Amino acid sequence: MNPAKDTLAMSTTEVDLAPVQTGQSITVMWRGKPVFIRKRTAAEIEDAASVDMSVLVDKEADEARVQKPEWLVLVGICTHLGCVPVGQKPTDVKGEYNGWFCPCHGSHYDTSGRIRKGPAPKNLAVPPYEFISDTSIKIG
Amino acid sequence: MASGERTAFENPVVEWIDSRLPIFTMMQKEYGVFPTPKNFNYFWNFGAIAMVMLMIMLVTGIFLAMHYTAHTSMAFDSVERIMRDVNSGWLIRYIHMNGASFFFIAVYIHMFRGMYYGSFKKPRELLWILGVLIFVLMMATAFMGYVLPWGQMSYWGATVITNLFSAIPFVGDSIVTLLWGGFSVDNPTLNRFFALHYLMPFVIFAVVFLHVWALHVTGSNNPLGIEPKGKQDTLPFHPYYTMKDTFGTIVFLFIYAFFVFYAPDYMGHPDNYIPADPLVTPAFIVPEWYFLPFYAMLRSITFGVNIYIGAGAVLAVLAMIPVYSKKTNKELNIGAMVGMFAVAGALFMLGYFAQLKNGAGEIMLNLPLADFFFVSAKLGGVAVMFGSLLLVALMPWLDTHGIRSARFRPLYKTALLVFVALTFVLGIAGGKPAEGLWVYIGQLATLYYLAFFLVILPLLSRFEKGRDLPPSIHEAVLQGAK
Ligand code: HEM
Ligand code: FES
Repeated sequence: MNPAKDTLAMSTTEVDLAPVQTGQSITVMWRGKPVFIRKRTAAEIEDAASVDMSVLVDKEADEARVQKPEWLVLVGICTHLGCVPVGQKPTDVKGEYNGWFCPCHGSHYDTSGRIRKGPAPKNLAVPPYEFISDTSIKIG
Repeated sequence: MASGERTAFENPVVEWIDSRLPIFTMMQKEYGVFPTPKNFNYFWNFGAIAMVMLMIMLVTGIFLAMHYTAHTSMAFDSVERIMRDVNSGWLIRYIHMNGASFFFIAVYIHMFRGMYYGSFKKPRELLWILGVLIFVLMMATAFMGYVLPWGQMSYWGATVITNLFSAIPFVGDSIVTLLWGGFSVDNPTLNRFFALHYLMPFVIFAVVFLHVWALHVTGSNNPLGIEPKGKQDTLPFHPYYTMKDTFGTIVFLFIYAFFVFYAPDYMGHPDNYIPADPLVTPAFIVPEWYFLPFYAMLRSITFGVNIYIGAGAVLAVLAMIPVYSKKTNKELNIGAMVGMFAVAGALFMLGYFAQLKNGAGEIMLNLPLADFFFVSAKLGGVAVMFGSLLLVALMPWLDTHGIRSARFRPLYKTALLVFVALTFVLGIAGGKPAEGLWVYIGQLATLYYLAFFLVILPLLSRFEKGRDLPPSIHEAVLQGAK
């Protein structure tokens, strides 16, 4: 009952990042899941990098979660029970840590996608991806 | 089954068949003259009602399946087509949709009857376990059925529930991928859920057959909980109980029909009329009402098992071991037990508050080692949810009191009615957003649920005296119910 071969074949996605502005987020589909790609502002990067490790639930440094600091790539699925957190649109609620907020059971994620408050046990996952050029990535 | 002794039937066709396959003899024995206690009340209707509901679900389901398309791009539209264009499609679907709810209502009442009158006790343990198995299969069937219309609640309910399995250590994520047949809830998931949703009711049918078979070996329990001693205590099943069951079923079907015709979506959720969208989670996800108490218990475990809670749990188990053992009441050291429970409770509270955050997001109580978890909150919730069902199955060994019926056990009766009331409270809590006061209410009710089975039942089995039982069903009936 594991994934069939054609399902596996659809398991990479290429994304052109050129049109994305600083402070803008886009959502793309990868393996049927939403992937959040955000071009972070300098303030957000600064926020994420300056957090003291000891207050984190799932201790990960910001630089370990990005390849280029301005590009944050995340699987947009709450690590609690799989809802899609809100925070992609400028008008969305972003939670107490200005990243994403999961409405299902109230998990708050920060500007590095790390869990800060609520029932989710882990940070938003970073999918495997690589830069195939300066302005495009391949996820998967 | 029926073989051996057989009396000839007058009708030659019936006799021809019966002498080759004694099916009429069997029906006559099991449903005609079958000796049945003569003091049943209306609680004894719900087995027959559940059987009728199963039949209704099978028939309407097969007609739905003729028009339904199990593909993510077409499922929602095919259900809307059933509602708008298929002849009487709206009726078939509403009968099926509300039928699931009424099937659960019947089964919940049926289970309550078993608990109240002690029907689960020796010699009916296996009958009870088969019943719990039917209940679990029904839950799986209803869950998968709810996914089929592929609305927002279908999709996100499926996502949240399948993700529960990711709590299992090491193999969790692989199990979830296996359930999905992909990397998220998607077309392969819908296909397999449809295949299984079609299959499971027939498995239920088979287990119901075993359930009834086991019933006909031991015979029915009754409101007094004492065994019939002879002919004067029983009536033939037909016509007495065929009539009473038919009457009760008709009343039940009236209420069911009221919902089908006048409030068909009352028990459903409006978001399920929005097509599934993998990119947008509805602001508030709730399962169908019949899952709410279990959902509430799942969400009540907001804390992991750290060293304090773990030690408290071990101590509570140590305190209870003598109660579970074969020691006599005199050999039990009640003082030591109470002391151990007090310490266990205190440890539990320490471990709990060491994880609780105040309004500002700071831990309320800083203790060493409190943030190392043997069992995460997520796994704990899943374990409690599935464990709550296991406890029901184990009831015959947790409540070993010699008297069956709660009529003669005032303490058990009170404990059970509180249990039922708190299960309703859990149901309400499960339907609210998991925040504020409802979290704590849910946690307290969950605590009682677990304590009822693991502590209260074993203690009452030992220490409740109970009232005097009547000498026989016949005499009790003649004296009038007291
Ligand atoms: C134990 C008995 C059963 C239970 C508890 C059950 C439960 C459910 C539930 C809760 C739904 C969702 C209703 C909705 O929101 O639209 C559903 C849908 C469905 N069921 Fe069943 N079902 C049962 C038996 C069957 C059987 C035997 C079949 C077919 C052989 C079947 C075929 C379908 C189909 C095709 C749908 C999708 C159409 C729709 O959503 O109305 N079901 N079922
Ligand atoms: S799924 Fe996000 S908080 Fe539960």
